[in-house]
Amino acid sequence: MHTFQMLRAQTPDDAVRLAAAGADSAPRPIRFLAGGTTLVDLMKLDVEQPQQVIDINRLPFDQVEQTADGGLKIGALVRNSDLANHPLVMQRYPALSQALLSGASAQLRNMATTGGNLLQRTRCVYFRDTATACNKRQPGSGCAAMDGFHRNLAILGISDQCIATNPSDMNVALTALEATIHVQGAGGARMIPINDFYLLPGATPQRETVLAPGELVTHVSLAAPVANAGSTYLKLRDRASYEFALSSAAVLIGVNGGSISHARVALGGVGTRPWRSPEAEAVLQGAAPNVDTFARAAAASVRDARTHRDNAFKVDLIQRCLVQALKIAVSPARRSA
Amino acid sequence: MRENQQEDFPGADRHSDADRGNTNNSAPQSTSRVVENTNPLSEGNGAAQLTRRSFLMWVGSSGAATALPAAAASAFAAPMAASAPVTMDPGLVNVRLTVNDVVRDAQVDVRTSLLDYLRENLQLTGTKKGCDHGQCGACTVHVNGRRVNSCLSFVAMHDGDTVTTIEGLGTPDRMHPMQAAFVAHDGLQCGYCTAGQIMSATALLKEPCGRGDADIKEAMSGNICRCGAYSNIVAAIRQVRDAT
Repeated sequence: MHTFQMLRAQTPDDAVRLAAAGADSAPRPIRFLAGGTTLVDLMKLDVEQPQQVIDINRLPFDQVEQTADGGLKIGALVRNSDLANHPLVMQRYPALSQALLSGASAQLRNMATTGGNLLQRTRCVYFRDTATACNKRQPGSGCAAMDGFHRNLAILGISDQCIATNPSDMNVALTALEATIHVQGAGGARMIPINDFYLLPGATPQRETVLAPGELVTHVSLAAPVANAGSTYLKLRDRASYEFALSSAAVLIGVNGGSISHARVALGGVGTRPWRSPEAEAVLQGAAPNVDTFARAAAASVRDARTHRDNAFKVDLIQRCLVQALKIAVSPARRSA
Repeated sequence: MRENQQEDFPGADRHSDADRGNTNNSAPQSTSRVVENTNPLSEGNGAAQLTRRSFLMWVGSSGAATALPAAAASAFAAPMAASAPVTMDPGLVNVRLTVNDVVRDAQVDVRTSLLDYLRENLQLTGTKKGCDHGQCGACTVHVNGRRVNSCLSFVAMHDGDTVTTIEGLGTPDRMHPMQAAFVAHDGLQCGYCTAGQIMSATALLKEPCGRGDADIKEAMSGNICRCGAYSNIVAAIRQVRDAT
């Protein structure tokens, strides 16, 4: 591991100021350090070689608070285990709780934070191996995954430069819940809808989000839960536990008078970013909540899929995953008041 | 417990725990003592006492750690500035942790993981390094009462934190009920994952967890056992959980 300078931010302003100061002078990147479960791992692999690491663990972003409009404000440093087990999250946003609990292990969930999970890096083996070609890690070096090991990689949103999957479960649930991400930078604070937060790889797979250098995620907000809607997160993987998704679906479905009045669909394990599917939502909206509708929605969700040699199975897998998730979400037991 | 074994070169004389300073399965220290990295070749019988551990520590010594009882710690307290960010010298950081009820001050390389600090600086080698990437759970310890993978933190992130390792859980003479249950149920074969399994299992008792075996398996999925002692591990945890 390359050595680095560690700075400890005592206030959010400190963190942003330190990051801005370092960004102007340091030859290598500045990184905020929260739970460490991604960053420390990638530093050991030399994938990340920051000049400065700003420890933000003492910043006051560790609270989950109800907002005046009935929504939720989630601090960027709330640990995944605390968020998953928070009574308001379990009652009002069960898909988020389920997604968090399906990810990683109990130990890692005690460390990993909300902000860090938003910025979790891909598990593509070539991204993690500095001896191989990876356009995301080293722009212009090529992509060893195209002809290599890619059964876990993306079929939606890919480019000729990169087929890496966003690995997060939490991000998929937050996408279905249309979360808003709040950030603070040297130029002030701003809010970013999660659907605008992640970038497609295109010709610049090294850029994964719209965050500017030195911008700090401070919290995530959720709107009040949709009345009479059911939600769930379903994850399919090679092992029953402690494994990344091959396919997953977070769905939020409201039913009124025999037809679907509200539909939000996000897919995981198949996209280069947490994958919102407006195509599936368009099929569901106004239709009868039955298996035929769900199958048509699932087919619509993969209309633009592009596969490689060993990941074509995901086209079927994600459709079955989505149909099953929709069946669970519309079951009476899943609907919130 | 297997954690009591030392990692000697074959045929080398074993040091007693007392000779090695504060080490495996020792009770919390009640008197001040300084633990320094020493030249193993200068000890007593010279090469006859050369151990892999002491040799590697001699070659790669990276600073000294001091140990003092918690009650005496305030005399050394140097509270962090409340406002201005603390800027450390590149390469070295000062940390104070309470490990198994003993306050520890040290200056360490900034890259030192919590796991390496416990094993290499404090010689608490009961905590094991498996994958070193948060994938196996062998390094599980408790930080502020919660289980974490010690390999995925820098020790510098834990200044002021309280850490419990397997050595702080019980001793061969006074085992924690979970340790006793692992022995009673043969919850191990080679023993390498055992410290992490037990630290995970004791933390699980305080977490939201269902009553079924499937719930235990899910909650323990972050601890890999290559020997496959899983069924006995579940039996040990079930016994302790059902008794509490």
